[in-house]
Amino acid sequence: MARSNKPMVWSLFAAGGTVAAFVMPVLMLLTIMAGYGQLTDSLGYEGMKSFASGWMGKLFLLVVIVTCLWHAAHRARTALHGLGLRADKAVAVIGYGIASLGSLLAVFYLLRI
Amino acid sequence: MSRKPYVREISHTTWYLARRRDLLHMAQEVTSLFIGIYTIMLLWGVKALSEGPGAYQVFLDALGSPLVIAFNWITFVIMLYHSISWFSVTPKAMPVQIGEEFLPGGIIAAGHYIAWVVVSAVIYYLAGGFNG
Repeated sequence: MARSNKPMVWSLFAAGGTVAAFVMPVLMLLTIMAGYGQLTDSLGYEGMKSFASGWMGKLFLLVVIVTCLWHAAHRARTALHGLGLRADKAVAVIGYGIASLGSLLAVFYLLRI
Repeated sequence: MSRKPYVREISHTTWYLARRRDLLHMAQEVTSLFIGIYTIMLLWGVKALSEGPGAYQVFLDALGSPLVIAFNWITFVIMLYHSISWFSVTPKAMPVQIGEEFLPGGIIAAGHYIAWVVVSAVIYYLAGGFNG
């Protein structure tokens, strides 16, 4: 039987879209507040360090980063096709390449915290 | 095959401008770009966190630059659009069947909206947002 990586990429895409829909707006709001110098206790170095030191914090950040990267890569691929770019193979290699690298880096950095 | 088949001309680059439905679809697709950029920003934050207080302060300072704040506000609005449009198609992507009947799409969408508000409030609370 022919094997395809399509279901795997698609399920990461759907998972990422759902994760992004649930948590991205509030994460954006918190990021903006951090930019304005608010919430220094929780979003400062000590607060974020203690959050990311626990396995729940690590898992949360890993799930958000990995699924959202794959979501973005897959959707950018269909979007670029829709916008008229006919270089699907190159777009797929670059997009999924960035998503793979980012996923590995997320694991690497999180394990060092 | 007839010898002169009719081929309708469709532009590869601007087809979605003709119909509102296609335009909204393209808008939804383009949200992915902002999700991607923000996720890489998040990854940079995790990297900075792993490197120590100095690196993390550089990251926080970058978040405070007017350009990044402006980009983040735009992204915030685009994220809201992504969430709303994602939850509104969820009943179609994930229909729930009970016995012979399908659960009305409105109930599935409403459930997601309520869960969205709860999840956002919990994260905001955990981040100390309600502490004033």
